[in-house]
Amino acid sequence: MTDQTALQYTEEHEWVRADGDTVTIGITDYAAEKLGDVVYVDLPAAGTAVTAGSVVGEIESTKSVGELFAPVDGEVVEANQAVIDSPELVNSDPFGEGWLIKVSAAALPELLSHDEYRALTGE
Amino acid sequence: MTDPGTTAPGTTESAPERRSPLDAVHRAAGASFTDFAGWQMPVRYSSDLAEHHAVRTHAGIFDLSHMGEIVLLGPGSAAALDHALAGRLSAIAMGQAKYSLLLAEDGGIIDDLVVYRTGEDRYMVVANAANARVVAEELRARADRFDTFVSDESDDIALVALQGPDARTVLRETPGFGVDGPGNDADDFDASLDALKYYRAFPATFEGEPVLIARTGYTGEDGFELYLAPDRAPALWEALRETGGPRVVPCGLASRDTLRLEAGMPLYGHELSRDILPVQAGLGRVVALDKDGDFVGRAAVERGPAADAPVLVGLTAEGRRAPRAGYAVFDGEGDDAREVGEITSGAPSPTLGHPVGMAFVAPDAAETGRGLYVDVRGTRVAASVVKPPFYQRTK
Repeated sequence: MTDQTALQYTEEHEWVRADGDTVTIGITDYAAEKLGDVVYVDLPAAGTAVTAGSVVGEIESTKSVGELFAPVDGEVVEANQAVIDSPELVNSDPFGEGWLIKVSAAALPELLSHDEYRALTGE
Repeated sequence: MTDPGTTAPGTTESAPERRSPLDAVHRAAGASFTDFAGWQMPVRYSSDLAEHHAVRTHAGIFDLSHMGEIVLLGPGSAAALDHALAGRLSAIAMGQAKYSLLLAEDGGIIDDLVVYRTGEDRYMVVANAANARVVAEELRARADRFDTFVSDESDDIALVALQGPDARTVLRETPGFGVDGPGNDADDFDASLDALKYYRAFPATFEGEPVLIARTGYTGEDGFELYLAPDRAPALWEALRETGGPRVVPCGLASRDTLRLEAGMPLYGHELSRDILPVQAGLGRVVALDKDGDFVGRAAVERGPAADAPVLVGLTAEGRRAPRAGYAVFDGEGDDAREVGEITSGAPSPTLGHPVGMAFVAPDAAETGRGLYVDVRGTRVAASVVKPPFYQRTK
């Protein structure tokens, strides 16, 4: 069980976990719930350079499509193949097995704390 | 990630939100809600896919209490509707239902409707939630010179739909139904249900109170729509769920949308609007040009659309990236390709396993089998023109 209070968040409903200079990124349970059943994810390949604020992937449900924004400047070191193969992991375990990409980043920008994010979603 | 459009719980709406008489039932069931035409309605209970598949394989139960019901009562009701609507409603029998359109003078579609003849001089017109008020106003104005009384009963009628191959069995097994008469005879209810044909309805009772049982729906499956007083809706909902057990899954508006899309049924605001004539949406058959007397929109429909006016087609694609409403459609893959239309609805079809969509395209690009390309967020995705429905149940 992921400790959600230990994560940081963006206003785009993504979560970020910094581990040394590797940053793991996923979407929150709130975002997964709003999307509904995820049936397809399009993620950047390892080696792709990403810029904070740019669209780097897509998360598609039967109902709609969400865009994945890079919360940091850096380079993708891994895309979660398990989620590409089984997109429903985004719904069943958004903070765990449903993580999306890992990015190597020199520095983290200022992000939201768990409390700040929950205030944003009103939950 | 961008928020995909549903109302965030923390946001405050300026307009007062309307709640279904089943609101407490939905909240107890853990539903997620969405704003739909000013109503807070369940978008899903658990999973859009599970709800979709339940309707295709067993049964789903939907709360459609946001829909509008406008009743016409009086000897001039049939003539009033023949004048007000595109179809010949005077020709339908007691207990019959008919799909129809409310047209503007210029032939544009104000709403699509299902009209039930519930008495010799009584009709119930069912309108989309977003259009209920304008439909009531238009009907009132258009019926003015006829001997009929138009009343908007939307607030006094709830609607529960039970859809899917198990719907009839569950309805028959559910206790509490009868027909009006001595002792609310349940045997007569079963006989009436067994005899009920598609697009027919009969008046019945549930726990002694009136309910209209209609064999209609918006899912492409066999099923029923039950109209009754709002304060009776929770008891009916619970009875159907209790009797149905695992055969009856509560379904939200998200699955309703993919179900109707697979069935090739138009949705107002997507496939239908004031900017198109019925024939452009393949609904020419709904307009009874041979009926006596004038009706609103007749002249415009007789003139017809411009030769190059877009027409509605179905599109199927391979892969997993689905066309979505608003995406541009091209006649080729390259930069020199011509933009020929726009997607009105689209989704990855849960039943078929590939993307489907509907689009308005130029008539010279609308031929069945024609290959087109949808611009899916910057990538051209190949699609083929097909005739809806995408899915048809085996009878």
